[in-house]
Amino acid sequence: MRFFIQELVNGLTQGSLYALIALGYSMVYGILKLLNFAHGDLYMVGAFVGYFVIQWFGGSTALTIPVPLLLLFMFLLAGGGVGMLGVAIERFAYRPLRDAPRIAPLITALGVSFLLENSMLLLFGASFRDYNTSAFIPFSSGIHIGVLNISLTRILVIVLSLVLMIGLRLLVDRTKLGRQMRAVAEDREAAEMLGVNVDYTISMTFFLGSALAGIAGVMAGLVFNQIYTLMGFVAGLKAFTAAVVGGIGSIAGAMLGGLLIGIAEAMISGYISSTYTNLIVFGILIVVMILRPQGLLGRAPLQKV
Amino acid sequence: MSTEQTPPAAEAEAPQGPGVGVDEWVARSSGRREYAPGRLGEAQRLLERVPWWVILLAAGLAGACVPFLTTNDFQLQIGINAMLLAILAVGLNISVGWAGLLDLGYVAFYGFGAYGYALVSSNQLNPPAGVHWSTYISVPVVMIAAGFLGVAVGWPSRRLVGDYLAIVTLFFGEAFVEFTNNVAPSKLGGPNGIVSIDPYKVFGTTILTNKGYFYVLLVLLVLTVGVLHLLDTSRTGRAWRAVREDTLASSLMTIPVFRVKLMAFAFGAAVAAMAGTVFAAQQINVFPTDFATPFLILIYAGLILGGAGSLAGAVLGGLILSVTLDGILRSPTEAGYIFYGLILATLVVKIRPWARLGAILGATVLFGIVVHTIVKAISPSAVAGGPQSSGWISDLVHNWVVVPSNPTRAGNIAYVVLLVLVIALVQVKGRWRDILMVPTLYLAACVWEGVLVAQPSITRQILLGVILIVMMNARPNGLLGRRRVEVV
Repeated sequence: MRFFIQELVNGLTQGSLYALIALGYSMVYGILKLLNFAHGDLYMVGAFVGYFVIQWFGGSTALTIPVPLLLLFMFLLAGGGVGMLGVAIERFAYRPLRDAPRIAPLITALGVSFLLENSMLLLFGASFRDYNTSAFIPFSSGIHIGVLNISLTRILVIVLSLVLMIGLRLLVDRTKLGRQMRAVAEDREAAEMLGVNVDYTISMTFFLGSALAGIAGVMAGLVFNQIYTLMGFVAGLKAFTAAVVGGIGSIAGAMLGGLLIGIAEAMISGYISSTYTNLIVFGILIVVMILRPQGLLGRAPLQKV
Repeated sequence: MSTEQTPPAAEAEAPQGPGVGVDEWVARSSGRREYAPGRLGEAQRLLERVPWWVILLAAGLAGACVPFLTTNDFQLQIGINAMLLAILAVGLNISVGWAGLLDLGYVAFYGFGAYGYALVSSNQLNPPAGVHWSTYISVPVVMIAAGFLGVAVGWPSRRLVGDYLAIVTLFFGEAFVEFTNNVAPSKLGGPNGIVSIDPYKVFGTTILTNKGYFYVLLVLLVLTVGVLHLLDTSRTGRAWRAVREDTLASSLMTIPVFRVKLMAFAFGAAVAAMAGTVFAAQQINVFPTDFATPFLILIYAGLILGGAGSLAGAVLGGLILSVTLDGILRSPTEAGYIFYGLILATLVVKIRPWARLGAILGATVLFGIVVHTIVKAISPSAVAGGPQSSGWISDLVHNWVVVPSNPTRAGNIAYVVLLVLVIALVQVKGRWRDILMVPTLYLAACVWEGVLVAQPSITRQILLGVILIVMMNARPNGLLGRRRVEVV
């Protein structure tokens, strides 16, 4: 039972990260119908931003500022910086293709992903970098009941993701920007005719989605310690399927899908074999996609003829 | 569709109206193609009258001459890589270009072919004797098996279209890498792959040299293109394009949409598997990482560069891309030719009139000299690095680019600034663009000499990403693809 709870917590942590990335995927897909393959790499960039914030303030063993302040800086800089990067990518690569055939932005997204990955490789090399979280958030500062260990970072990740998701939900449901986003997602031309600033709305969507990915990257660094330039692609892929499993375009679906995949992954590696984790997860996803392409919480899209 | 026979007489007379099986509207719009003015246009018209197989054979013969020009094994290897990529691009063209099915797991078929061939031509199965099939048996069997695999992978296309199909196939591709990496290590070798694979043995000779594989691939490439051209102009080919343009309408016209889609997958998979067998036989070993996503992106880039939907384009795109990217790996000097050549070619194509081009280039040279002089006056160590390439290009730019003695840190900053400048360049218009272009070009040269030349394998990937983005934005129909007729 303790093992189960331990795995559940691991799954929840991983799932929260997937969910955060999935939210960005889902928002962008909902508004542009674009599979933004570069999204996973934004998560990687976020992890690197967090790492350099730690280095900037003296490194993990000799911090010059209090830990809460450091965390705040990490999340703000990673969120803001990666958000801006997302906006730049949209302007530069996707905006000219908004009315192009669907394959064009998809291939461009592959190109952007490739460019980001290899640019980071060029800048920072292929070596792993270590957040060394336990040096400033001691492992003992979590919940320890017998063999059950839940570190403070994991609690932080789960709680913060929950807060972010609720915040995003409120933003989309209650604010003017959220209403505009939903309008553009529903019908871009009609929204434009009704006075919605479409370009601005899409930029903001990219900003929010990318910022979430950047924050998820910092969280990944805090929890798993090791970051590297190729960590984004597979994480992005799984996050995308999380979005699809939950129902693409639906925010609650992205959260649900992310958590489900994270927990499934933890359970498979805990109870079956960690070698086959990815294979089984991919298998499950293919089956879900074939049987219920609209996802668990999504609506089947109406086909206009 | 069922009673469709073209009388041979009608073809010989070149009918005035739309040909049989060609949509009238498409026929009209393609007939309205513009030719270049003057002599060039005449040459174009003349070229169009040459039968396709003559062009194909001529290209094949031209290719056959290449090994006589060089004895260098490495250059032949570049040729082999290029033709492999060309075959793959042609195969991918079936599902993506003709049938309009986005297949992001295509590289797995290539891997399947390589692994399939490796298993039946090595000591991996049934050790110690192993399984050693004849090439005549193993290659067709692997291709047919891949065809069935293609049908299985294409099966979801019954319900899924567009992005959803793309993502399912992408998972298939990822799953293939995971599978070969982890499942049955005693048979598939895990990350260590399969080694010491039998070479091809055709007409009684075992092919061991690069030259031999060059010719094998050339024959296969010509055959593939020939067969696919026949397929393209057959009713299956027309059915593919019909499904691509409008699935619903084509199903109403009694085209068996699902079967047609599966055929596209099967043919594409078989072609990829064929390329895979040659790859395995020539490399003598296969590893899971050979068939990962970066290679998929390479195939897509080749297809896109040439123009999806056009056979000649796919071949040409694959060849050009492969040769270009391999050239970067070869030596800093050749990489320099490619880099500066690409930039110059882009400028010549994009900037008119000549005076403006000349002004920009002149300003760039001047700008460089001024910057170099100023920086040298302030701090001599900042220009001490010198260009990292070699040869006459290096001599030429030696007193022009600024490369500090320890270029890593400054180079990284310069690279990021360069990216920002390029993005800015795309956003601004008119005179500002010309002005901004000068420092951008100069910085590009500095970054090239300071950072990129030293890391050819990463540079290659970056260039690949840039090609994809630029091609999609500037010319989505590729070099030879025709602009799609968009139904409004």
